[in-house]
Amino acid sequence: MSFIGQVLQWFLDGSHWQGDFGIPNRLFEHVSMSVESLVAAALIALPIGVTLGHIGRGGNLAINVSNVGRAVPSFALLVIAVQLVGIGFWPAFIALVALGIPPIVTNSYIGMREVDADVREAAKGMGMRDRAVLWQVELPIAAPFLMAGVRTSAVNIVATATLAALVAWGGLGRFIVDGLAQRDTVQLFAGALLVALLSVAVELSLTALQRITTSRGLRNETSIQEVRSTSLSAA
Amino acid sequence: MLATGVVGAVEDPWIRWSWISGHIPVIRDALTQHIELTVIAVGIGLLIAIPLGLLAWRLRLLRGPVFSVTGILYTIPSLALFAILIPFTGLTVLTAEIGLVSYTLLILIRNIVVGMDAVPLDVREAARGMGYRALAEVLRVDLPLALPAIMAGIRIATVTTIGLVTVTALIGEGGLGSLILDGLIRDFKTPLVVGTLLSVVLAIVADVSLSGVQRLLTPWSRGRSTA
Repeated sequence: MSFIGQVLQWFLDGSHWQGDFGIPNRLFEHVSMSVESLVAAALIALPIGVTLGHIGRGGNLAINVSNVGRAVPSFALLVIAVQLVGIGFWPAFIALVALGIPPIVTNSYIGMREVDADVREAAKGMGMRDRAVLWQVELPIAAPFLMAGVRTSAVNIVATATLAALVAWGGLGRFIVDGLAQRDTVQLFAGALLVALLSVAVELSLTALQRITTSRGLRNETSIQEVRSTSLSAA
Repeated sequence: MLATGVVGAVEDPWIRWSWISGHIPVIRDALTQHIELTVIAVGIGLLIAIPLGLLAWRLRLLRGPVFSVTGILYTIPSLALFAILIPFTGLTVLTAEIGLVSYTLLILIRNIVVGMDAVPLDVREAARGMGYRALAEVLRVDLPLALPAIMAGIRIATVTTIGLVTVTALIGEGGLGSLILDGLIRDFKTPLVVGTLLSVVLAIVADVSLSGVQRLLTPWSRGRSTA
């Protein structure tokens, strides 16, 4: 049988769709691990980026954290986490959170600084207090950038969650890692397809979400293009 | 004597200098392979990205497809991309390089297009007015002016590739990643720390040297901030 035929048969095999080792459970593990890590990363990173951007300090730190983040291999991050807390859920979680923080800090800082100083002055001139300026003016305008940071982190986290299988956690990476270990190219290839599909689906749906979170007054401006260009980083 | 021996066996320090001094050749080979894999990936990436980027810049119709395809390649996790290639190209350097090159394309092409787009229309018209033909204008006016953006792309692509090379350890290559994998498999911190630190240092050195090259190539933009 041809290789593609074997892969098809792998997908049609009912036993690959049930139980703890089945595709649905592996997908659930992958997604829940990613969501938990993303939420934790956002809870840490958004206040930092937004605060720094709001007070206009620490710009170098906010921008360089992304560059440093890019230089530290995510694979190394994961293995270091194993040395700190052992194998299983926690090293994967810690590595993914650490990986997710820099893009959100950088993008939310940039987003806050992108708010036109005139707009900020006008809001103050209208008698808005600092808190109101932040919540009603700055944050809505910066929202697409905040979302861009979250999207970049989400894509990186989903991608790197594939490596979590190396540290004895599940997720779709399990099929790839087991396929490699067992020299089972069919399982390897099928797992890779599942991971690729999930990643592209996450990227596309978050891009759509980013468009929706753009305030109506700001749509169709070039800002989304610029946002895209600030949000690159690979996993 | 016995006591210290036992403590040494239980506690694995983050750095064991004796391992490093005994494995200098191994570390050197890993570093060399890391640099080779990176240089080849970014080099081939550029060879593909420059013509594709220029085409996408000139023919707006091509932009959508070029950015979609390279964007999808970029989104696929590295381990998955290697795994997709393995049934066809095996556990080889070729598999590693195809994957690594794929990741550079979006970054390089995007920066080429953005850089070329940013060349002021006045400048291009002046070049035409001075009698430059299309090709000469691209080579001697547009490309030099787009160089800061292109170099910024090369820097990002290089730093990204240096990080991704570590993942190729899982398919039998890896450069410094093989030290990191060794640390994972044997639960031994020293190779992990050495591999990670050297990889980070390599990324920083590459970034700083490329920014130096950029300054040399674009003397007119010195003193101004570039991306």
